[in-house]
Amino acid sequence: MNWFYIKGILMLAGMNLMAVLGLSLLTGFTGLFSFGHAGFMALGAYAAAWAGVRMGLPFLVALLVGGLFAGLVSLPIGRLTLNLKGDYFCIATLGFGEAIRLILDNVQTFGGARGWPGIPIRTELWNVALICVAATLFMVRLVNSRHGRNMIAVREEELAAKTVGIDTFKYKMLSLFVSAVYAGIAGGMMGYYTGFLQPKMFGMARSTELTIIVIFGGIGSVSGSVLGSVLLTALPEILRTFAIWRLVVYGAAVIFIMISRPEGLMGGREITLEAIRRLVRGRRAEAEAGAGAGTGVGEVRR
Amino acid sequence: MSIKKKRVFILAACAALCLGLFAQGSAAEKVVKLGWVGSLTGDQAIWGQCELNTVKMMAEELNAAGGLLGAKVEVVGYDHRGDAMECVNAVRRLTSQDKVVCIIGPNASGHAIPIASVLEEMKVPDIATVATNPKVTVVDGKVKPFNFRVCFIDPYQGAVAAGFAYDVLKFTKAAVLYDVADDYSQGLTEFFIKTFTEKGGKIVAKEAFKFGDTDFRPQLSKIKAANPEIIFMPYFFKEVALSSNQARELGIKATLMGGDGWPSEILIQMAKDAVHGSYVVNHLDFDDPEVQDFKTRYTAKYKRAVELNGFLAHDAFLMFVDAAERANSLNPVAIRDALESTDIKGITGNIRINPATHNPEGKEAAIIRIMDGNYVFQQKYAP
Repeated sequence: MNWFYIKGILMLAGMNLMAVLGLSLLTGFTGLFSFGHAGFMALGAYAAAWAGVRMGLPFLVALLVGGLFAGLVSLPIGRLTLNLKGDYFCIATLGFGEAIRLILDNVQTFGGARGWPGIPIRTELWNVALICVAATLFMVRLVNSRHGRNMIAVREEELAAKTVGIDTFKYKMLSLFVSAVYAGIAGGMMGYYTGFLQPKMFGMARSTELTIIVIFGGIGSVSGSVLGSVLLTALPEILRTFAIWRLVVYGAAVIFIMISRPEGLMGGREITLEAIRRLVRGRRAEAEAGAGAGTGVGEVRR
Repeated sequence: MSIKKKRVFILAACAALCLGLFAQGSAAEKVVKLGWVGSLTGDQAIWGQCELNTVKMMAEELNAAGGLLGAKVEVVGYDHRGDAMECVNAVRRLTSQDKVVCIIGPNASGHAIPIASVLEEMKVPDIATVATNPKVTVVDGKVKPFNFRVCFIDPYQGAVAAGFAYDVLKFTKAAVLYDVADDYSQGLTEFFIKTFTEKGGKIVAKEAFKFGDTDFRPQLSKIKAANPEIIFMPYFFKEVALSSNQARELGIKATLMGGDGWPSEILIQMAKDAVHGSYVVNHLDFDDPEVQDFKTRYTAKYKRAVELNGFLAHDAFLMFVDAAERANSLNPVAIRDALESTDIKGITGNIRINPATHNPEGKEAAIIRIMDGNYVFQQKYAP
């Protein structure tokens, strides 16, 4: 394996991770399924490219502009759709994603359907890694905070959450906003990676792919999303030799894993430093005390 | 697994490993790798598969005739499932891990544009097959050093269609129906309208649909009310078949005209009567004697008809071989330098690359008319 090629896969995994982390908050922790996140990515991508190319802002600031723009757009969208329950919200997001793409197809200042070439290449492995680490840490902090717990309460039982005094609508809005910002930054990095944007890049397929990764990694697990993004980005690359059968094999592999682990890779659990430490300590205790103290691993899993 | 079985299994595994090593050792011939990238899966798989088949067949034939500068050509083809990000990755793999000396494809402009930065970093040339957007090779007036193409470009194709409709067919009132979600369709529409109005013609209706639509009656009704003499339909054969059938159902008698998205056997199967008498701007004349030879070879080998992309992949391969031979080197940069002065005769016409644009210039378009389910060559035309 050549480093130049691996670097490409890692960058792609990082960009996917960014979008998946955001969606993980919305779907995994707040329980709202979205099939329109490619729309937020598209908004972020075009806004970031606009900020960088037309306004001359530096790369990281441009990314932030992209993320914030996607977040801003999510506010009215959320206001209108978050009162919809279950499947209806899902369908509304689907419509939103398609609408964004079609609008961009018609906006000729950004190249329309023919695309926008000539965006400088700024996305490098180090800045992708930096952004991803920061984004993951922020997400971990968020889901472990009071706000994160409130979101989980909304996911588990919205009515009960309301009864105990949680403003469920506010938390759904917050969740959608943060996930849109993440998707926007991911889109921005994509534009500066390919140097070219085209509305076609943000089709339905990309939205579903993100949702697949979230479920594959495990609903309600940040580490599951991280693992899922890396694995599912690398898998189609590993399967290159299958040529025309590649996506069939890819699909079959995903189905097989979902059947054998219906709760996803992590199944709601997290890999934390504490768990690893306890795992190691547990093993050691196990080795010292013989077969007697074999419960250490089970505890960590709990 | 019993111990005995296990032992047999291990022995078998060792034997297989040894055989593998041996096989590698004996194939110590000089090999040069040629990359290909395109859609093997997804919407455009039919074209991608035809391209890869063509390139593989050409390489086999070349190897049978002694190879390229004494080396055997090995084709490494990767799928990008119609995704620009994957295409960038596939090219990263081709240029770094597989160390190809040149890449043929991809066919779509949306995929040929983003790979430029990788090509420039790894210094490997690429010959796009049917990527007709001008920005594949030139951006902001600057030519991209490692991007080439073998086809003519959208402005040219649009100008040919408009010029032929106005000057030869003597039509002055045209309507355009196009796919708003498709880059190719938007490009052709823009340049058709530009040339047609410059010549003095009038665009009486411009209607749009979106890829995946199956009902075109609302747009066609508006077009009918505008009463054009010719309707330009720059999109792909499936939608062409549906929309032309519906146009005839609504009683539209105007002549239909399209670009290189039309030619396909499927169009004839679906809409033989509706497209009767229509004109198509194409890259080549399918009945040209020089094309027949390739068509028979391909059909004999793969037992299916050649799609349009196959012809351009064929010429892209010729460009690569010619450049390597003139450079007398298998170095990617030497091949790139030689590609700039390409002047060969392919089956899609004379290919003379302009070093300032990396486009084949002065390539004539073939005007084809569909008569009773056959693609009948009319004339070569340059605006």
